[in-house]
Amino acid sequence: MSPWIQSLSGGVLIGLSAVLLLATLGRIAGISGIAGGLVTGAHDRAWRLAFVLGLVLAGGVLWLLTGRSGIGSPQVSLPWMLAAGLLVGVGTRLGSGCTSGHGVCGIARLSRVSVMATVVFMLTGILTVYMMRHVWVVGL
Amino acid sequence: MALLSGLLFGVGLTLGGMTQPKVVLGFLNVFGHWNPRLVLVMGGAVLTTAIGYRWVGKKRKPLLAEAFHWPTRKDIEWRLLGGAALFGMGWGMAGYCPGPALVSIGGGQPDLWAFVVAMAGGWWLAAQWSGSTDVRREREEQHDE
Repeated sequence: MSPWIQSLSGGVLIGLSAVLLLATLGRIAGISGIAGGLVTGAHDRAWRLAFVLGLVLAGGVLWLLTGRSGIGSPQVSLPWMLAAGLLVGVGTRLGSGCTSGHGVCGIARLSRVSVMATVVFMLTGILTVYMMRHVWVVGL
Repeated sequence: MALLSGLLFGVGLTLGGMTQPKVVLGFLNVFGHWNPRLVLVMGGAVLTTAIGYRWVGKKRKPLLAEAFHWPTRKDIEWRLLGGAALFGMGWGMAGYCPGPALVSIGGGQPDLWAFVVAMAGGWWLAAQWSGSTDVRREREEQHDE
């Protein structure tokens, strides 16, 4: 399958998952919100844990079906991974969402807040990649 | 149903290329060799969700729950924009956003675990900073539902 068609069908699956979650449990498929609730004391842990478990098992299921898990390797060293993880955690919590909650579900609802948030994280993401490749030149 | 949604979401992310940080960083590398492949993931996901949400939104309540939990935030304030800015920096640094990072720990690479533990630490830290007023607001919202 060409990577383009693969990406498009991946996107459609993500959308179907978001619709399924809303239609059955009435929840928005925002990963940082769902998983974040597990460490910030949300009272409804069961469905959150189940959703995260589904995410973690996805690579294994794909591997069983196609022989390839589709999971790539980290491109930066451990200290960068730790710093990036911390920034992603703090940022998505303060910003009330990530690529899924704002970028997909929020934009699909035409939420002004989500459009703004998505523009901002895309821009700082692009800027950071530029800095990493042209200014600091970390092993990429 | 949550498990099935998570699984579907994870398979979608993986097929889409989001669990390959090389592809993600290539997508954000608009000033270099730009790889626009992820536009299709985003486009496919937004379009499908928009159509599906419109259809589900007409229902009175979800199939297995009492009410829809629509986001209530309408105000764009500095905390939201600052948070989004920090998130983008972390995303551009390693090429992982929360979903693909969680999917990727299934691959058993120790550096991914480090990323996810740091991310969970960040969620916890930010929840402490943003203070008790915020928690109170969330509790009140839960009671309203």
